[in-house]
Order: sequence, then structure tokens, then C-alpha cells
Amino acid sequence: MNDLTVSGRFALVVLVAVLLALPQFASGYVLSVTIICLYLSFVGQAWNMMLGFAGLLSIGHALFVGLGAYTSGYLFTKHGVPPVIGVVAAVAIAMIMGSIIGYLGFRFAIGGVYFALLTIAFSEFVRILLDHAKFLGGTEGLFLPVTQESRRGVDLVNLRGAPQMYYYVILALAGGAFLACRALLHGRIGYYWRAIRDNPEAAEAVGVHIFRFRMYAVVLSSGMAGIAGVFYAFYYNNLFPEQVLGIERSIEITLAPIVGGVGTLFGPIFGAFILTPLGEFLTYAVDGLKESGIIAKNVKTDGVKLMFWGLAVALIVLLQPKGLWPWVCKLLGLVKPPGERG
Amino acid sequence: MTTTKSNRRGAAIGRRKVMAGAAAGAVAAVVPLRLGRAQAQKLKIGAILPRSGIQANFGQDSVRGIELAMEVLPGKGYAAVEVVHADNETKVDVGRAQAEKLIDQGCNLIFGCYDSGITAAVAQVCEQKSIPLVVNVAAAPQITDGRFKTVFRNFPTGPMIASDAFLLQKEVYGIAGKAPSSAVMLHANDTFGSTQKDASVRLIERFGMPYKFTDVISYDPTTRDLSAEVRKAKSTNAELVWIITRLNDAIMIVQEMVKQRWEPMGIVSTGPGPYDDPFLKQLGKLSDDIINMVPWFDPNKAMSKLMIAAWDKKFPDRTLNTSVSHSFEATLIALDAHKRAGSAEPAKLLEALRTTNIADNVTVGPAITFNANGQNEKTRNSAIQNRGGKLVSVAPASAAVAKPIWPMRAWNAR
Amino acid sequence: MDSVTIINALVSGLLTGLVYGLSALGLSVIFGVIRIVNFAHGELMVLGMYLALMLFRWFGLDPLWSVPIGAAALFVVGYALQHFVVRRVAYLPDHMQFLLLAGIAIMLVSGCLVVFGPDAQGVQLPYALDSFAIGSLIIDKVRLYAALAAIAVASALLLFFKYSSTGRAIRACADNYLGAKVVGLNVDRLYALTFGIGAACIGAAGCIILLLVQVHPYLAPAYTLLAFVVVIVGGMGSLFGALLGGILIGVSEEMASVVLQPSLKTAFSFGLLIVVLLLRPQGLLGRVVR
Repeated sequence: MNDLTVSGRFALVVLVAVLLALPQFASGYVLSVTIICLYLSFVGQAWNMMLGFAGLLSIGHALFVGLGAYTSGYLFTKHGVPPVIGVVAAVAIAMIMGSIIGYLGFRFAIGGVYFALLTIAFSEFVRILLDHAKFLGGTEGLFLPVTQESRRGVDLVNLRGAPQMYYYVILALAGGAFLACRALLHGRIGYYWRAIRDNPEAAEAVGVHIFRFRMYAVVLSSGMAGIAGVFYAFYYNNLFPEQVLGIERSIEITLAPIVGGVGTLFGPIFGAFILTPLGEFLTYAVDGLKESGIIAKNVKTDGVKLMFWGLAVALIVLLQPKGLWPWVCKLLGLVKPPGERG
Repeated sequence: MTTTKSNRRGAAIGRRKVMAGAAAGAVAAVVPLRLGRAQAQKLKIGAILPRSGIQANFGQDSVRGIELAMEVLPGKGYAAVEVVHADNETKVDVGRAQAEKLIDQGCNLIFGCYDSGITAAVAQVCEQKSIPLVVNVAAAPQITDGRFKTVFRNFPTGPMIASDAFLLQKEVYGIAGKAPSSAVMLHANDTFGSTQKDASVRLIERFGMPYKFTDVISYDPTTRDLSAEVRKAKSTNAELVWIITRLNDAIMIVQEMVKQRWEPMGIVSTGPGPYDDPFLKQLGKLSDDIINMVPWFDPNKAMSKLMIAAWDKKFPDRTLNTSVSHSFEATLIALDAHKRAGSAEPAKLLEALRTTNIADNVTVGPAITFNANGQNEKTRNSAIQNRGGKLVSVAPASAAVAKPIWPMRAWNAR
Repeated sequence: MDSVTIINALVSGLLTGLVYGLSALGLSVIFGVIRIVNFAHGELMVLGMYLALMLFRWFGLDPLWSVPIGAAALFVVGYALQHFVVRRVAYLPDHMQFLLLAGIAIMLVSGCLVVFGPDAQGVQLPYALDSFAIGSLIIDKVRLYAALAAIAVASALLLFFKYSSTGRAIRACADNYLGAKVVGLNVDRLYALTFGIGAACIGAAGCIILLLVQVHPYLAPAYTLLAFVVVIVGGMGSLFGALLGGILIGVSEEMASVVLQPSLKTAFSFGLLIVVLLLRPQGLLGRVVR
């Protein structure tokens, strides 16, 4: 809070107020889209830890989401274990997988692009195994039981309820992740991470145990992604390996944080809230052009939205490689420049 | 110096702030807030289909089916309706958000979604809002296993397709006088393929078929090469080749069979692919003699004749296939319910849908009715054979227009 | 599983593997020199395929004869891509490069969707489904041609890089970027040339592969992933490594199909990739350059 300028604080208060009050006045559609934004913020924040804190690019993060989703989904569907308990198992399995990949990466000194490809390989490998896992539904899908009554009330133990409930759950998760990352970064472990990120040799020279702290980041990152998986499972209520662990999903996870700003705390949130509405806006614009007759109705425009979206992403990388959030911060003067912070 | 600088900066930022705030306000004003649903008499259908993504060709075919219905049905006394389209991009979260959007825009009936996962997610939204969902195509049994009360599906489940396939085969073998003594199943390892395969393997005992499955081979439908898979199937020396594919892999399978010089007794397909235009166009004569045992339309029915005539005029060089016919019929179901309900209010539509009984339809089977879970249990499949780039109905007898060619002809004898 | 099937499987795996290698050569060249991970690899190949398809439709040109045209066209595309776009992100961290190329890939795929539609399209040639029979060994004609083309292209590239002055200059940039600049090489131009050459390989591969598969916009991601697996296993930057990697993948996929279920064969490839990354990250024939 003390890093923010007056306007920054004001903007933050407004943002929090709007997010808290949104279900009261927003339509179902806006609520759905905001849930997607918050979900992407949350899982993007998790991904951000791995790159920003441990310096590892992961293009297979959907693996951890999927492990979390399938673990909790399976326990609920076949054994009636409610998600509040199932999440423990989900996080554990995601963390174990994360530590395996992290360990292998460090032990064999694989970095950069090679590590990214390692994550892709693991993700695809597990996805194909899940395709063949009959007890998890395989390609026929794992359908979580949902009943009519459960859609009305609020049942946090089983994560069953109206969309408003899911909204507040993901809002809490996204907000909680933000605060947790902030606390970590400002704590001792954060300094170790920054030291390792900025100059590993010097850090090692002063006695920072690089391997251990990097592993902390990897394990936290994968665990958090596992929690996102639990939310995914209980919100959509059906799991297909291709849908949950496909490589498009992994790429989707990386978009918000990279566009927002890797290594920044608010970057993933900002990126998610830019990209998702951008996609919706493009669909709306294309449909609008057709409605108003500027484009003939029968012209095939399937895919145009995706094309402009890809263009937007490419442009952002070319024009603002540090991410949009730092730029917006400077533009609107939301954060105090380093010299003026207390 | 510092004061001047921060004053200048303060002023500049102040201006930018105001503009940013105004922009945010403008966006908020445009963002659709919770809309009251107007009491409309006019039916507004929201169609959520894959218009991009790997299922795009099926989605576009479905849209053609709806357009056809819009042309043919007003002439049969059904009121005009408005159809709003949305692209689910073959993604669950997009499908769900689009469902919310369409309902907010006042759609009183949702239509879709081809992909079973997306259909289930959309069904949840519809269930929540008590809006009817009419499914044109989606095969996962769970969609109509009782978990939803507002879903109505006129498409058979995987097990239904498998059962029908056995019955249709018996008919075909009976007419042809020759039945295979061994079979190999080659299926894509996706939702549809796996569901079908499980059902077929489970149900074969019940039908007393003259063959057993020598092997069941699953392959990744996105693979770039199917020579290994076909080789494995060929090594079983099975007489019947039963394939469950998508489009591209179906083309590759037949090409590989030709390259590897494998001529079984015949090929039966219970999924998409072999009846699709790109398959017929790409393979030409080689596409002949494959028998598709799939949900299809009955060319002898009156409504079908109208549909076919309209199709031939509108899309003369495309083939009328399952996505089209079942989208046509799903639209018919929606319009029929609207007519009987006399209103477009979702609650009345739901009641009307539950008592659906449409004898004047296009698909094979008796009149369209739904059971308590919203499934049409009585819909039947057809056996349609590829002949010279056209699809010819050969079974069941009531829907047949020709005799089946069985066994299939040699690859170079066509 | 009888021996006839196994021998057929091995030969087929070998030929298919060489085709995989052909499709991955471009990636090896680009990464070996510029150290850019080209996530738009598959999309560039699909562009080459569509080009060959159009030439076939409009002029009846056999895709084999389209190879030089496809190579030339994609060379231009690759050169432009490097010169105008990729060059700007060369100093940015890996994740930015990845995202840029992923964004370009998305644009190319959706562009193809808009222009060509989602239907699978292919060429119909009289010899496309022919095969040679040597006893009980059946060899796919087109696959054989493609395999021979792969060896030809790889050899040509090898000669180019070894003996031509441009080729040697490019290798110099790859070995020592700073040193190359110091001795006055125009590294930017050489990088653009390299990307162009890599893209030309991809374009040539696309024309040939059109004889084997039908093209549709969503074909690309599978080929990008495949190319990465092949190149890492064989060795980034090694041309014959790409072919060797391809053969390894092709044969192991065949064997996995024969012994297990074919639907697991890609898992097998990824498993192989993991093992190679862990034990010998530079690949079988790669140099130890990190």
C-alpha cells in the first residue's frame, strides 16, 4: 500500500469495491466473463511464480491444473470426498509432480527453452496417459454429479451453488494469491528469490541455497495451479484430458502474465482483465459489423476474432515487452517511483 | 526544482487520470448489466456451435441445417423465429460464457453444442436459468442420464448407435447373403470413438453376431500418420473393418489400406468422416462401398423430401449429412414446441417440449418423443453407402432406396 | 506379431522418420544459428502446403514440382519475419520470444481458417497411393520419395554450410556472435538469411508432405511439437541429427504401435524426449552448446 500514490490507492479501492459488488448488478454473462478473468489471474499468478521467482519458463502448467482437477474430481465422484478435503490431495499431487519436474530440471541443469520443452513433454505425456485411464473416464470424460437443488444454495464444503458463490470463491482465491505472493516477496524468502534471479553466482557466494529456494518457488507454483484445477473441476463439472491439459490451455495460462508483466505482482491480474474482454470485444465487433451491414452476412468470418487477437498479442510483445502493467502504472502514475518510496 | 517538476507531473497525470476515468466509465456504461427478460412471443433461439477450432466444419454444417429449417418450416405453418449464433471455439469456458450471453440477450431456447463437454457445461447454465436446451448433436450418455431436467436430445447416445449398428449389419448381411467371420475395430481415441467402442464391445454378445472382435485398436486422431495403425489392423486378417473416426484420419486410413494393399470383406463406419464431402472428394472412387451406420435422415419421408429439395437448391455441391439433418430436426423440435406452447416463455416451452410428438420429421424412426430424462430413445440410425460421391440409403428397409454392395469391390476394380 | 509385419513396420518407420526429419530440418537450422525457438514452425509448413495446394488447383502442378516454388516463397516469408519482427525481440527473454511467435502462429492459423475454411483439402494424383512390393515387403511410393528428398535436402544444406562462404559465415555467427560481428560480418543479414533458409526447408517439406496428408488449418500444432521432439532428440543445430531424430521417433512410434496401442505412440515419443533431455540434452548429434 505504501508503494502506491494517492491515485494508485484510489484506483485500488475502486477496483476492490467493484469486484466485491459485481454480482449485485452484473448480468450472468458479465459474471461469467469476470469469473474467467479471475481464474486466469489466479492461475497466471501461480505460473508467474515459476518464471518470476525461480526463473523457469513453463509451457506445460495445465498439467498441474489438470492433476488438481482430476484428483479432486475423482475423489468426489467415485468416493464422495468433498472438495474442501479433496483439495489437499489435489495440491499434494500437483506439488509432487512439480517437484519432480523441478528437481529433474535443476539436477540435470536444464534451463531456458529446454526446460520449457520438458514441461510440454511432461504435460502431453500425462495427458495421453489420462486419455487411457478408464477409471478417470479417459476420453469419455469425468462428469461430476450435479443436482438441481445444488445449483441454488451455497455449499462451500462441496463447492455447489449459484454462480455468485463461484464468483466469490475465485475472487477470494485470486485476491488471496496476490496477497500471499506479495507477502512472500516482501519477506525473507522474497529477497533470496530476487537475489537468485538477479545474480545467481553472487547469491550463492553469500550462502543462499539456490536449489532449495528455487524448488520452493516451483512447488508453490504447482500447488497453487492445483488449487485452480479444483475450482475448474467443480465449476464446469466435466473433465476431458484434451480440454483440461491440452497445450492450448498451457499457452492460455501464460498469456495474461506475460502480457501484464512477468515478475510483477499485479501483472497477471491486469493481463487477464485486458485479454479476456478484448476477446469478447472482438467477437462483438465482428458481429456488429455484420449486423450493421458493413460486412455482408454470408461472408465467412469464423476465425477473424482469433486472428486479431493473435495480432494484439504480437503487438503487445513488440511494443511493450516488459508488459502492459508497468507501462500503465507509469502512464497513470499509480505507483511511486523507486526514489520516492518510504 | 522538485516542486515545479512534481507540479507539472501532477497536472499532467491529473489530466490523464480524468481521461482514464472517463474511459472506464464509458466502458462500464456499455457493459450489459442485468437485463430484465422481456415477455416475448417471438421465439429467440441461441445457437452455440463450434465455428472455429477443430470442430469448425461440423459447426458450419449445423448452421446450414438451421438455415435450411428456416427456409422450409415457415411453409409448413411454423412461425418465424430469430436465431442468434455464438461460437464456442471448441472450448468449455467459452461455450459457457456464450450461453450466459445469449440468455442475457433474451434467448428463450438454447441450441447446441456438438461437443459433449461443452454441451454439459451449457446444460448447467440452462438448468440454472430454467431455459430449455435442445441438443442437435452430442453423444455422451451422461447428458441425458437424469442429471438435467431442461435438456432435450434428439441424437442417439453412443450405446444406441452401437446397438443399431449391429441390427443394421444383420440386415445388410442378410440382403447380401454374406457375413464376416472376424472383425477388427479401429477407432479414434476421442470422446465419441471411445464411447462407441466401449458400447460396441460390451453389447456384441447381445446381438448374436457371426463374428467376434479379433482386435480393438485405438489411435490418436490428431496423429499425422496412420500406417502403423492400419498395419496392425491388417495383421489381424479380419474380414470386417469397423472404423470410428473423424474426417482427416478417415481419409488417411483408406489411403493406407490402398497403399498396403489390404482388401477386407468390407468397411463399416459408425462415426463422422466417410460421409463428409472432403472425404468423398479426396478419395473419389476409393470412397465407394463404405457403409456408414449413423444417425441419418430417412429419404422416403415427406419432410425429408422438402429438406433435400431446399438443400439441393441452396448448396448444390455439398452433401447433406448428419450435422445438417439433425440440426434441421432440432430446429423443427424447437419450432413445434413454440407452436404448441403458444408462447415463447421458457417455462411453457419446457412443458411443450416434454410432450413433443412429431411424426412429420426427417430422421429414421417413429415420431419424435422424449423420455423423462429428455432423451429420444426411439430414434434409429440408417445404413448409408458411399456410391459415386453420393450417399445411398441401404437399410433399414423402410428407409432404403437401393440394395447394399457387400462385399466391397477391389480397390482397382472400380 | 509375425515377422512380415515387423519388417514392414521397421521399414515404414524408417521412411516415415525421414519424412519427420524433413519437416524438422528448418527448425534445426533456425535454432542452431539464431537460437530462436520458432513456435510458428508448423504454421509455416501449413502455409507451404496451402501454396502447393493452390498451385495444384490452378495449374495442375504436381507438388513435387512445386517444391522450388514453395521453398522460394517461404524463404521470402522467413527472411521478412526475421528482419522485421523477430530481430526486435532477439534481446528479450525467452518467454517474450515464445509469446511473439505463438501470437504469429495464432494469426496464421486463423488466417488460413478464414481464407481456406476448416475442411481438409488435398491433392489427387494417380501415383499418390502406389506402392512397391518386394516380396512381402510393401513400400509406400510417396513416402520413399519424401525420404529421399529429406536426405537430398539435408545433404544440400550440409554442403552449403560447409563449403560456401555464406554458409561458413552463418556458422561463424552461430559459433560466436560477438566474434562474428568483430570480424565485420553483417550478422543481421545473415540471421535473416538463415531464417529464410530454414523457412525454405519448411516450405519444401510442406509441398512434399501434401502428397501424404490433407491440409487443414489445425494441422500445424502437431507438426510444431513433432519438429521439436525430433530436433531435440537428434540434436539442435545438426542437420543429420534432425534426420536421425526423425528416424528414431518414426521407428519407436511404429514399435510402440505394434507392441502397445497406437494411441500411446505419441506418449512414447514424449517419454523419449524427456529421457533425452535429462540424459543428453544436446541430443544425439548435437554439440554441447548451452
